Amino acid sequence: MILIVAEHTAGKLAKSTLEMVTAARDSGREGPITLLVLGQSVAGVATEAASVADQVLVADLPQLATYNAEVWAAATAQIAQEGEAHTVIIGGSRSGREYAPRVAVKLDAPYLEDATRLSSNGAALQAQRYTYLARVTETVEAEGPVIVVTVKPGSFAPAGAAGVAGDQYDVELTLPAPRVEVTGKSVEKSSRVALTEADVIVTGGRGVGSPENFSRFVEGLADNLGAGVGATRAVVDAGWRPYAEQVGQTGKTVQPKAYIALGVSGAVQHLSGMGKSKNIIAINKDAEAPIFKVADYGIVGDLNEIVPALIEASKR
Amino acid sequence: MNILTLVRQVPDAEARVKINAQQVDLEGATLVIDGMDEYGVEEALRLRESGAAVEQIIALAIGPKRNEDALRTALAMGVDRAIHVETEDRFDAVTLSRVVAQIAQTENVSLILVGGQEADWDSQALGAASAERLGWPQLTWTNELNIDGETLTGRHDVDDGNETFRATLPAVVTTQQGLNEPRYPTLPNIMKAKKKELRKDDPATYGLQARVRTVNAEIQTRARLNRMIDGKDPQAAAQQLLELLRSEAKVIA
Ligand SMILES: Cc1cc2nc3c(=O)[nH]c(=O)nc-3n(C[C@H](O)[C@H](O)[C@H](O)COP(=O)(O)OP(=O)(O)OC[C@H]3O[C@@H](n4cnc5c(N)ncnc54)[C@H](O)[C@@H]3O)c2cc1C
Repeated sequence: MILIVAEHTAGKLAKSTLEMVTAARDSGREGPITLLVLGQSVAGVATEAASVADQVLVADLPQLATYNAEVWAAATAQIAQEGEAHTVIIGGSRSGREYAPRVAVKLDAPYLEDATRLSSNGAALQAQRYTYLARVTETVEAEGPVIVVTVKPGSFAPAGAAGVAGDQYDVELTLPAPRVEVTGKSVEKSSRVALTEADVIVTGGRGVGSPENFSRFVEGLADNLGAGVGATRAVVDAGWRPYAEQVGQTGKTVQPKAYIALGVSGAVQHLSGMGKSKNIIAINKDAEAPIFKVADYGIVGDLNEIVPALIEASKR
Repeated sequence: MNILTLVRQVPDAEARVKINAQQVDLEGATLVIDGMDEYGVEEALRLRESGAAVEQIIALAIGPKRNEDALRTALAMGVDRAIHVETEDRFDAVTLSRVVAQIAQTENVSLILVGGQEADWDSQALGAASAERLGWPQLTWTNELNIDGETLTGRHDVDDGNETFRATLPAVVTTQQGLNEPRYPTLPNIMKAKKKELRKDDPATYGLQARVRTVNAEIQTRARLNRMIDGKDPQAAAQQLLELLRSEAKVIA
């Protein structure tokens, strides 16, 4: 069977789970698609999961109320073994890529990380993935009785409901005690669309000039376009914007329909997080700025003049 | 306590990546110690400087001969000695974690520091896989770290924000921006580093077998339109851009 560990938040199945179902269907691997739901009070999630999978395995336990790498790895490996899964698919979220390697080691399985495409080639499972700060696309492959894969969010279309709902089964687990104690948590909240979900993103770089200008220009334009707000690391390091908004190697990876970069130079570490956007629009006063090399539309000019005009013209 | 800090050698961010015979070819590229790993090296040094009972800081690189340069940089920054498992073969992170785990054991290490995602394989797996082999807990994407006796505290990024944590050594920590600002090696330290031990280990000792094969590699850039709009007349430029976004790219209503 193909085992997928469902991702869910606030009692709802995450879009990434539906993407993983598509990845499983695309993979050319045979057998029933099984969703594993780990958590507490997850009956609703399990029912949602049943609409897209052949079967759903549910572990509804207080020990699973919050995510922990060692616990998630143990649960996933145990179910993979008991169910004789030949393919284990885990989300390419921060947490997924944190515990998936542990699952691979536990199962003595090869690990294909952060796949953007999956296919079978005889006994081998092939995955495409980005390397070298997303400048290179590599195809890698592995064989074995079981293979562990993580799937990059946003790379597969979300699966639609299957004709018949899959059956649900409760599973028993032997779980380790978590050894990392969480002593505090700060959740990123934004009144705007989440960066990873946004169709349009307006990002400000150091060229925006000041935190005040950032609010005026970047947030101003984003509000008119119903867009998410992003920032470069230079802006985050300067303390103008929260880290939650950072796009790039050490920030978020985004793939919106339109990415509008204001006063952003286009360093490779930044490009690695946004270079796969469908349309890239750049406004920069330096005609030689590297961002123009990846731009679909570029305006060479002073953003202090152009952005107010854009905001005015885009008023709804 | 001994700290193991992992060092990969990667192309400089500005270097052009070349493909030859469907594989990445680093011949002639400027190679540097990975930026994320550098945070790990720096953090090991800072933990010692802040008074933690650090006996030895050991840097480890696995890769071709040229990786000596990255290890020399780490030695010049201040690590005590280096181990180089010299191999031309390319291994995936989960396979390499075997080496890390074995060396951590033989060198009596209780803290491993490694970059959250290095700039060559774009993988986050080495820290976690090493932790699993050793049976240790892990803290990933760490941007604040303190040690008091055997207790680690700090802060790290998670899916929906960040958390403060407490854990007990031994542990694996993967590093992230914000943790520190790596120092530059000074000339006297570069000279001193030449005399420090750089031990060569035979890869055969570790019985490595690559589990993931690279079939091919491509520079796959999306063809971009590169339509430039003159910004001299801001109003006209703004109108033109919005028009393109509406009618051609169809991304706004
Ligand atoms: C390990 C590591 C990880 C990193 N991770 C990230 C990451 O995740 N995300 C990230 O963004 N960076 C990251 N970086 C940093 C990256 O290398 C760059 O330093 C950063 O992206 C630069 O940000 P910037 O473009 O805002 O600033 P700058 O490079 O200073 O560029 C500012 C731009 O604004 C333009 N400008 C100035 N004034 C105006 C004006 N009035 N009108 C129009 N244009 C103007 C300038 O021409 C320039 O091109 C990382 C670096 C390292 C070493």
